[in-house]
Amino acid sequence: MKRLLSIELQKIWQNKASRVLTLTYFVLLSFIALIASINFSFLGINFRIADQGIFNFPYIWHFNTYVASILKFFLAVVIVSMMANEYTYGTLKQNLIDGLSKNEFIKSKLITVILFALGSTIFVFIMSMILGLCFSSYDEAGIIFSDLEYLLAYFVKLVAFFSFCLFLGILVKRSAFALGFLLVWFFFEGIIFGLLRWLVFSSTEQVQKVTAFLPLESMSNLIKEPITRFQAYKAIENQVSGGVAPKDYSVHWYEILIVVVWTVIFMLMSYKILKKRDL
Amino acid sequence: METILKIENLYKNFGLVKAVKNVSLEIKKGNVYGILGPNGSGKSTTLGIVLNVVNKTSGSYSWFGGQMETHEALKKVGAIIERPNFYPYMTAEQNLQLVCKIKGTNYSKIQEKLEIVGLLDRKDSKFRTFSLGMKQRLAIASALLNDPEILILDEPTNGLDPQGIRQIRDIIKTIASHGTTILLASHLLDEVEKVCSHVLVLRKGEILYSGTVDGMNSQDGFFELQAENLQELKNALAQHPSIDKIEEEEGRLIAYPKGSVNASELNKFLIERNIFLSHLVKRKHSLEEQFLQLTNNK
Repeated sequence: MKRLLSIELQKIWQNKASRVLTLTYFVLLSFIALIASINFSFLGINFRIADQGIFNFPYIWHFNTYVASILKFFLAVVIVSMMANEYTYGTLKQNLIDGLSKNEFIKSKLITVILFALGSTIFVFIMSMILGLCFSSYDEAGIIFSDLEYLLAYFVKLVAFFSFCLFLGILVKRSAFALGFLLVWFFFEGIIFGLLRWLVFSSTEQVQKVTAFLPLESMSNLIKEPITRFQAYKAIENQVSGGVAPKDYSVHWYEILIVVVWTVIFMLMSYKILKKRDL
Repeated sequence: METILKIENLYKNFGLVKAVKNVSLEIKKGNVYGILGPNGSGKSTTLGIVLNVVNKTSGSYSWFGGQMETHEALKKVGAIIERPNFYPYMTAEQNLQLVCKIKGTNYSKIQEKLEIVGLLDRKDSKFRTFSLGMKQRLAIASALLNDPEILILDEPTNGLDPQGIRQIRDIIKTIASHGTTILLASHLLDEVEKVCSHVLVLRKGEILYSGTVDGMNSQDGFFELQAENLQELKNALAQHPSIDKIEEEEGRLIAYPKGSVNASELNKFLIERNIFLSHLVKRKHSLEEQFLQLTNNK
């Protein structure tokens, strides 16, 4: 396993574009901390975001994992190109001839994907911890370490998304087209949603129950948007509409299961394509 | 002799196209094999199958007596296929390090192999800055990294200039002289004739000839004869039990023997009949003529 990882990391790290993108990703992640310094004036009152409870434990786990997952596209580019490049350079063929089995080849990519996701999760954990300890109104251990399932969800989400990228890289064989395909797939899920709503189901909730099984939709369902959960937002909504509609923000085990199943499907399909295709 | 690779009744179809039809081959340690065939005759496909990059349709092959899985066996094989495939953003040395990691060997051989192919002074240059000849030489260095039991070369001189071809050929000869088993696929006949001891001729995926290079030549050895009286000579030759066919060409007779007849035997036979030759040559077709005959006949 160490051997496979070292092979893969050499391929990525010695590629300038991949190296720059990976570093950029982590630098941008740490910029989430800069939200703390946002100040703005509203109706003559000075707001400082950090003081509005945005970095309160355990809400911070939800907020930070949500914001951090937006940045995953940087790593997606690295992962798609790490796969597609093997085809364009013809190095996949050479690797196999040199004695790497197809199974080992997929494994080395999968391990790398997991490593990236794990690295990102740990990074977000440490950063949130520091921000929380600086700005949170609550600092009891019981509160700090509650709601950690958001980190698990974040990790599962990244692994699944990167597996999807890997699969597209193998399927399409060209980085740019694979990324294009990803975008097309995103719209495709939207279209499915629209068609189901229009032709099959009468209520949006019913459609959502079905589309929750689509790959990208299931990934984005893992961590719901945290903005409407924010205390300040709630306070405003309370004033405007005189009540807050209850919403479920938690991470459910079945949502994780759907995403894990997709991850397994993507990996197995990648392996199958690799096995079947003549180079 | 130890068998390195055994191919039995191999078939490969690409849709309706039958790229390889019933190819069988056994490669023994220490020999230099050539696979000859025009473009599109199934050479690369056959090699691709045994190298784990093309899936066979039917048939079987086994490396080193079949005791290990293909990808494990390939760690003991050095192979380059058609064009050199490396990571363009890595230097020559980094690329070889990656190959070492895949093969599970240490880095100690890198310098030595770069020296053999004459790239030691360019080891820190990125692969994309290399000329085709240098890329091909790097591929050979990479194939030699693990001191392979067998070296497989598919069209190693394709697209090179005469100097490049010469360099590659010299390297191959040096390697062959060290006793490494080599399998060389090429459509360049003199290349095969110069370095190979055994040859396999393919056309449209089928084997036309398989055996030693000498065996292929002696099959169609022939005599050129000349005497003062050609008609008498012709009559005498016709009586010889082993002469199959006689042709007249530019004042000479060309006699094709059935089995192996040597020149002195034939000379003696004619002297006994009072025919004295002014010209007697036993000639062999060059590999090129042989090859063209073989591939055109069917």
